[in-house]
Amino acid sequence: MKKISWQTLGMLGALALVWIAFAIFTDGVFLTPRNLALLSRQMAVTAMATTGVVLVIVSGQIDLSVGSVAGLCGAAAAMGCTRLGLGVAPAILLAVLLGAAVGLSQGVMVARFGVPPFIVTLGGMLIFQGILLGMTKGVSIVPPDGFLRIGQEFLSKPATWGIGIVGCAFSLWRARRKDGRWLWVAAAAGSIGISILFNAYQGLPLPVLLMLLLATAFWILAEHTAFGRQLYAIGGNRDAAFYAGVPIARRLIAVFTIMGCVSALAGIVLTARVGAASSDAGKMLELDAIAAAVIGGTSLLGGRGRVWGAILGATVMASLDNGMSLLNTEAYWQPIIKGAILVAAVTADLRWRIRK
Amino acid sequence: MKFTRTNRRSPSLSKNNILLRAEGLIKQFPGVLALAGVDLTVLSGEVHALCGENGAGKSTLLKILAGCHPHGSYGGELTRDGKSLAMNSPADADAAGIALVAQELALVAELSIFENIFLGRELSRFGLLRKPEMRKRCAEALRRVGLDENPDTVVGALSVGRQQLVEIAKALDKNARILILDEPTAALTAADADRLNALVRSLSEQGVGCLYVSHRMDEVFAVSDRITVLRDGKSVGSGPISNWTKASVVAAMVGRELEADAAVAPPRVKNTSAPSLELENWSMVHPSLPNRYALEEINFALHPGEILGVAGLMGSGRTALLTSLFGAGRSKLSGRLRLRGNDWRAPFADPRAAMREGLALVSEDRKGQGLVLSASLNENIALATLDKYQRRGLLDWNALRRNAAAIAQSLQVRAAHLDVAAGSLSGGNQQKIVLAKWLETKPTILLLDEPTRGIDVGAKAEIHALIRKFAEAGMSVLVASSDLPELLGLSHRIMVMAGGRQRVILDREHFSQEAVMHAATAT
Repeated sequence: MKKISWQTLGMLGALALVWIAFAIFTDGVFLTPRNLALLSRQMAVTAMATTGVVLVIVSGQIDLSVGSVAGLCGAAAAMGCTRLGLGVAPAILLAVLLGAAVGLSQGVMVARFGVPPFIVTLGGMLIFQGILLGMTKGVSIVPPDGFLRIGQEFLSKPATWGIGIVGCAFSLWRARRKDGRWLWVAAAAGSIGISILFNAYQGLPLPVLLMLLLATAFWILAEHTAFGRQLYAIGGNRDAAFYAGVPIARRLIAVFTIMGCVSALAGIVLTARVGAASSDAGKMLELDAIAAAVIGGTSLLGGRGRVWGAILGATVMASLDNGMSLLNTEAYWQPIIKGAILVAAVTADLRWRIRK
Repeated sequence: MKFTRTNRRSPSLSKNNILLRAEGLIKQFPGVLALAGVDLTVLSGEVHALCGENGAGKSTLLKILAGCHPHGSYGGELTRDGKSLAMNSPADADAAGIALVAQELALVAELSIFENIFLGRELSRFGLLRKPEMRKRCAEALRRVGLDENPDTVVGALSVGRQQLVEIAKALDKNARILILDEPTAALTAADADRLNALVRSLSEQGVGCLYVSHRMDEVFAVSDRITVLRDGKSVGSGPISNWTKASVVAAMVGRELEADAAVAPPRVKNTSAPSLELENWSMVHPSLPNRYALEEINFALHPGEILGVAGLMGSGRTALLTSLFGAGRSKLSGRLRLRGNDWRAPFADPRAAMREGLALVSEDRKGQGLVLSASLNENIALATLDKYQRRGLLDWNALRRNAAAIAQSLQVRAAHLDVAAGSLSGGNQQKIVLAKWLETKPTILLLDEPTRGIDVGAKAEIHALIRKFAEAGMSVLVASSDLPELLGLSHRIMVMAGGRQRVILDREHFSQEAVMHAATAT
C-alpha cells in the first residue's frame, strides 16, 4: 500500500556518499569499528535531544532552551551526587524532574498565556544559562565514578548481541506486513550489522543504547499513540485539530514537559561522557538538534517529521564532524560545512516536493 | 434609514458622459464560469448600484475593473472615456482613475492616516520623505470626505466607519474618477452608514462615477441613480432607478429555475419525540465590533430527522450561528440550549464538549478548519475519534484503517488509497473525508456550513443524497448555505437570517426564492 519513501532513500544515499567519501580520504580509518563506535558515542547526546525536538517541531512549536536545560540538569544531577550526597539513581531522578518542571512552566507560558514559543524558550535559554553559571560559579563539577559510567561504559559483547537480536526479531516481525516491508528488512539486517560492528570494538556504548531506547520510545509515541497523531494534526492544521476536539493547550504543555525531560536526559549523558559538568555545557545543543531534525525531514512549519529520520540527520551531522576531524581540517570549516549542508538539504527537499 | 435622496436630476445616458464601459465580459476560472457576459456602463456624476446574489459574479467583475485580473485573462472589452482600456495591475487602474474600496479594507493598522494614503506612492525629494507636503494633501482629502482626524493618527485607532472614509480619501487624493464601493456599509453602524451614503451622493455631484455594491435594498433605492443586476455571471437588467421596484430587483436577482436534483422533496419528519436541539435567546457579541451583535436573540427547535436550512447573505450570521453552537464561537455568548428535552444548559465551552453531546460541525472552510492537508486520509477520517482506537495506550492502526476504508467506501470517496495526503484530493472528495470524520463520531445533530461550496455538480448531488439519508436515519441536520436552490430542495424549513437576527422561519409550503431574498435583504 504505502509507497517507498524517496525521502528516506535519499537520506540513506546521502549518508552512504558521505561515508564513502570520508573512507576514501582517510584511507579507511573512518570506517574502522573503533571510529564508528566513537562517532556513535559522540552523536548520542544530540540524537537524544533531537527525538524530543522532532515532537516539538511537528506540533508547530520551537524550543531554543534545549541546550541550556541540558546543561542545567546535567549539573544538577552531578551536584546532587557531590553536594547533596545522593546516590546516582536519585540524582538522575532529581535532574529529570527538574527538566520536567522547567518544560512544564515553558509549556504553560506557551499554551495558556499565548506567548510565542520562540520568545518563551529564548528567554528560558538565557535564564537557565544564568542559573547554571550561578550554580557552578564557573567551576567544573566532577561527579562520582558510578555516574560517569553512564557516559563511558560499554555493554558486554553478549549483551550487545542480545540487543541486536531483539532488534532483528522485532524488525522481521514487522516485516511480515506488506507496507514498508523493505525498510523493516533493512532494519533487521542493520541490527545484526550494528552488533557485529560494535562487538568488533568494545561492545555497544551505553549512551548509544540509551539513544536507541529513547528513539524507539519516541517513535512509538509519535506513530502509535493518539497523543502523537494529535500532535501532527495540531502542527498540520491547528484549527482543524481544535474543531475535531483535540485539547490543544494540554497537548502542547505535555510536549514541552516531555522536551524538558529529554533535555535533562541528554544533559546527564553529556555530563557523564565529558566527565564533568561545566557552566557552558550544552551550548548550541538545541541548534544541532534542530538542524538534525530538519535534515532528517522535519518541516519547521509543523505537521511533518519522523523520529528515525531525525536520528539519521544527527548521524549525518556527526559524520561530518568526525570525518573532518580525522582529516585534520581546520576547526572553522566544520560549522561552515554543516551550515551549508543544512540549507542544501532543505532546499533539495523543497525543490523535490514542488516538482512532485 | 434616516438618509434620504435630495431632489436633483440624475445624469442620463449620452455619449459624452460615459466614464467606463464594460462589454461582454467573460471570466473563466478552473471549473467555474464566473462571468458569462456582463455589460456595464458607469456615467459621470451617477451612483450606480450593482446587485446580485452571492456567487452572481460581483466580486469577479469588481476585480477586473480594479485591474486585479490582468487584461487577456478575461474576455470582452473595457473602454474608458471612449478609449480601449487594457489594465495589467491595480497600478494601471490607479492610472486610469479607477479606485476600489474593498470590503476588507486594505489599510495598515500600524501606520498613520497619511502614511496609509500615500502608501506605495510616497512623496519624496532626494530620497527623503516630504512629510509636511503629504500631511497637507492628506488633510485636504480628509476634509473632502468630512473626516475630522489628524493625519498622524494611527489607522488602527479609528472605527471601521472612519477607516472606510480614509480609504475613500485615499481614492480622492489619487484623483479617482470612478469610485467602486464593495458593500461599504456592511460593517457600519446606521449613523456611520448614513454619513457614508451622504458622502457618496456629494461625490457623485462633483462628477465622480460611483459603482455601489450593496445587499440592502432600502439603501440601494436611497442612494443610486441606476441599477444593474447580475445573475449567474450575466447582467440581466440595467436601467434608471425609476424603472425598478424592490420587488423587481429581487426577482431579477433570483429569477432562475430550480435544479432538478434539488427539487426532490425531503421525507416527512415525525414530530412525536422531543426536539433534539432547542435554542433560547441565543446571542453573540460581534468579535471585532464590541458594541454590535453578530447574533441576536435566535430561537428555534430542531427535531430528529429534520433538515433546517439557514439562509442569509454574506455576513448575516449563518456561520457565527453554527460555530457558536459547536462551542467554537469567537466571542461572548449568551442564551441557553436544550438537548433532547433535557435541562436547559449554557452554551458549550469548546468543541470537545459539543462533540460529547453528539454534535458535529462540517465547517465552511474545508482547508482551513476541516482537514489536515499534510496528513493521510486515514488520519483525517480518524482525527476526531483517535481515542477509540487506543489499545493499552497504543494506536490500533489496523482497526483504524479498516474503519476508515469502510466509511470511505460508503461515502464513495474516490482516492487511489487512504494513505495519500488529504491535500491531493478534489474538493468533492475532500468534503466527503470531512463528512466521514464527523460521521465517525456518531453525531445526532449535524451542523453543515456550505456543504457543497466549490464542489462540482456530480459530487454535489451525492452529498445532497447523503444529507437526506442522514436525516432519514433520524439525525437532525442544520444546513447553512448561500446556495438558495440547494436549501429550497433539501430543507424541511428554512430560517432566514439578516444582520445577525432571524428574520423568519419558512415552512415548505411557503418556500420560494423571492420569499427568502425579501427576508434576507430587509433592513
